Amino acid sequence: MDWSALSVSLRLAGFTCLILIPVAIWLGRALAYARFRGKGLCEALVALPLVLPPTVLGFYLLLSFGRDAPVGSLWANITGSGLNFTFTGILLASLIANLPFAVQPIQRAFEHVPHNLREAAWCSGLSPWQTLLRIELPLVWPGIMSAAALTFAHTLGEFGVILMVGGAIDGETRTLAIAIYDRVQAFDEQGAAQMSALLLLVSFITLGLVYGLAGRRRWVRG
Amino acid sequence: MDWLGADGGYVADSRINVPIEGLDVAVHQTGPIPLAADFVCQPGELLALVGPSGSGKTTLLRTIAGLYRPQSGRVACAGDVWFDAECKHSLSPQRRQVGMVFQDYALFPHLTALENIQVPLRHLPQPKRREQAEQWLAKVRLDGLGKRYPNALSGGQRQRVALARALARDPKVLLLDEPFSAVDQVTRRRLQRELALLRQQIEIPIVLVTHDLEEATALADQICVLHNGVSLQQAAPEALFRHPASPLIARLLDRHNLFKGTVVEVAGQRRLQWGKTYLEVAEGLANLPLGESVAWYLPPSDIVLHRRDRPSQGERENPLAAAVEELVVLGGITSVSLRVNHGDMLRFDIATHAARRNQLTRGAVVNVSLLAAGIHLMPGHRVRADAHDKRK
Repeated sequence: MDWSALSVSLRLAGFTCLILIPVAIWLGRALAYARFRGKGLCEALVALPLVLPPTVLGFYLLLSFGRDAPVGSLWANITGSGLNFTFTGILLASLIANLPFAVQPIQRAFEHVPHNLREAAWCSGLSPWQTLLRIELPLVWPGIMSAAALTFAHTLGEFGVILMVGGAIDGETRTLAIAIYDRVQAFDEQGAAQMSALLLLVSFITLGLVYGLAGRRRWVRG
Repeated sequence: MDWLGADGGYVADSRINVPIEGLDVAVHQTGPIPLAADFVCQPGELLALVGPSGSGKTTLLRTIAGLYRPQSGRVACAGDVWFDAECKHSLSPQRRQVGMVFQDYALFPHLTALENIQVPLRHLPQPKRREQAEQWLAKVRLDGLGKRYPNALSGGQRQRVALARALARDPKVLLLDEPFSAVDQVTRRRLQRELALLRQQIEIPIVLVTHDLEEATALADQICVLHNGVSLQQAAPEALFRHPASPLIARLLDRHNLFKGTVVEVAGQRRLQWGKTYLEVAEGLANLPLGESVAWYLPPSDIVLHRRDRPSQGERENPLAAAVEELVVLGGITSVSLRVNHGDMLRFDIATHAARRNQLTRGAVVNVSLLAAGIHLMPGHRVRADAHDKRK
C-alpha cells in the first residue's frame, strides 16, 4: 500500500475543492444570471475539459507551465520555482480539469432559483450580499454539494492530466491512480488491487455522504 | 385652479401646489416597454391598476418598488422622492420600504412561515423579532402554522404569509401584484374580504394590480385604466363605469352600449340624433356645436324595460321600440340584446324571472326607455378608436 500516494491524492482533491468551489459559485452564478454577448463561448470554454482527452489538456498545460511560457514564467517570477512536476502544478491542472464538474451543477442550481425570490429579498430589506448568504446559497446548497462531490471524486480518479503535468514523483505528484498504474506495470497485482479497492471505497463514501446529506432537506419541493 | 392661458402650455394640475402625502407616480419612456403613466394614491386608499395583460401594470408596480428603472419619470412616496430620472436619483429597493406581494408570493422555500415573516424584521433583536412575526402571523389568522414550510401550506395560506411578510416591513406603500390569481374562487372571495378588513387597519397607499374588473370594483377606491403602458383614466369605480373618458376605456372596462350620435335641434331643443330617434340628454349636449358627431355610452342600468301589463317609472323618457335579438340566461340573470331599427344593439341585464314575466322571446318587439341622466357623451372620440389602440 502506497500511503504517500493516498496522501497526495487526498491533499490534491481537498485543495481542489477548497479553491474551486468558491470560484465555481461566483462563476456559476454569473453564468446563470448574466445575459451578455459571448456567454455561449464562456460556457463552451468551461465545458471543454469535459470532452477533451486528458492527455491533450495535459499536453497544453505542460507547455504553458514551462518556464518559457507566459504562465510558467509568471509563476517562476513570483515564487522562484517552476510548475511542471510539482504539487502546485498538478493542483493548478486539477483546478482547470475540474472546472466543468464544479461550475455546471452550481450554475444549474442558480438557474433554478426563481428570480423573484431575490427581488422579494431586496424588498424585504436584504442587501445583495445578505440575499446571497441567506436566500441564494441555502437554495443552491444541493448544487454546491454535488459539485464538491463530483470534483472530489473526479480528482481522486484523474490520471492523464496529472501524469502529463506532474509525472510520478513520490510524495509530490504520484497520486493513488498513478500509483496503481505503476504497480500494474511492475506486475504487483496485489498492491494494485489493494489500492484500487481503497480508491473505490473512498470515492463511494464521499459520494454517499454528500448525496445523503444533500437529500435530507425538509423543504425540498416534492 | 384654471391657469390655462390661451397660448396653451400650462395645464392646471392639482399636483403642483398640493404636496402628496401618499404615492405619486409619473413614468414615461418610449421603449423597450412603452410607458406613459401618471397616477396618485393617497394614504389609506386602494388604487387598482387594471388593464389587459401586457398593459404594463406589473412593470409600473416594479417601478414603484425599485425593481425596474424607467428612462424618465418620478416616483415619490410619503414626502420622499424615490426615483427621479432628471436628477439621476434612484433609491434601491432595500431603501424604499415597500411591502410587495408577488404574483406567486415568492416565499423563501427554505424558511418556515415564521422565518419568512422574520426576514424583513432583521433590524430587531431576535426575541423581539420572533414576537412581532408571531403577531403578524396571528393578524393574518395563521397562528399555529408558523413552523410549516411554504410547500406545506395551501395557496391561500401562502398568500397570507406573503401579505404578513410585506406588512412586517412596516412599509410606506403596499404593492399587490395579482395577489388572488393563484387561488381557487372560494379562497379568493375569503382573501378579498380579509384584505378589505385589513385595509381599515393600515394607513398607507395600497396599489393592487389586477385584470379582474370585478375584483377592482369590489376592493378599490380608485381605478386607473392602463392600455399599452398608457394610463388612460383614474377615477372611483362608480364614476369610471358611468363616465368612461373614451370609447376605448369603455371597451377595456367591458362596457357595451357604445354608439355614435349627432347633435341636432328639434323644436328649439338640443337633442342627440341616434338613427331615427332623437334622444333627450341630461348633461353635456348644450356645449356641443350643432351637427357634431359624438360618441356616447349608456350604462346598462339606465336602460329601463317597459312592462307589458302596467306603466313603469321613467317610461316617458326616450322611449324606444326594439326587437329582442338574443337572450342569454346566466342563472338568475338574463342578458338581453335588443336590435334597434337602424341596426345598433342595446345590451342590458335583467332578472331571469322578470324576463319570463315580460314574455321576452327572440324576435319579440319590446319598449325600453333610455334614461336621459345616464347618457354619457364623449365628444372628440370616435366609437371605434382602434387606431388609438395600436401604438407603433
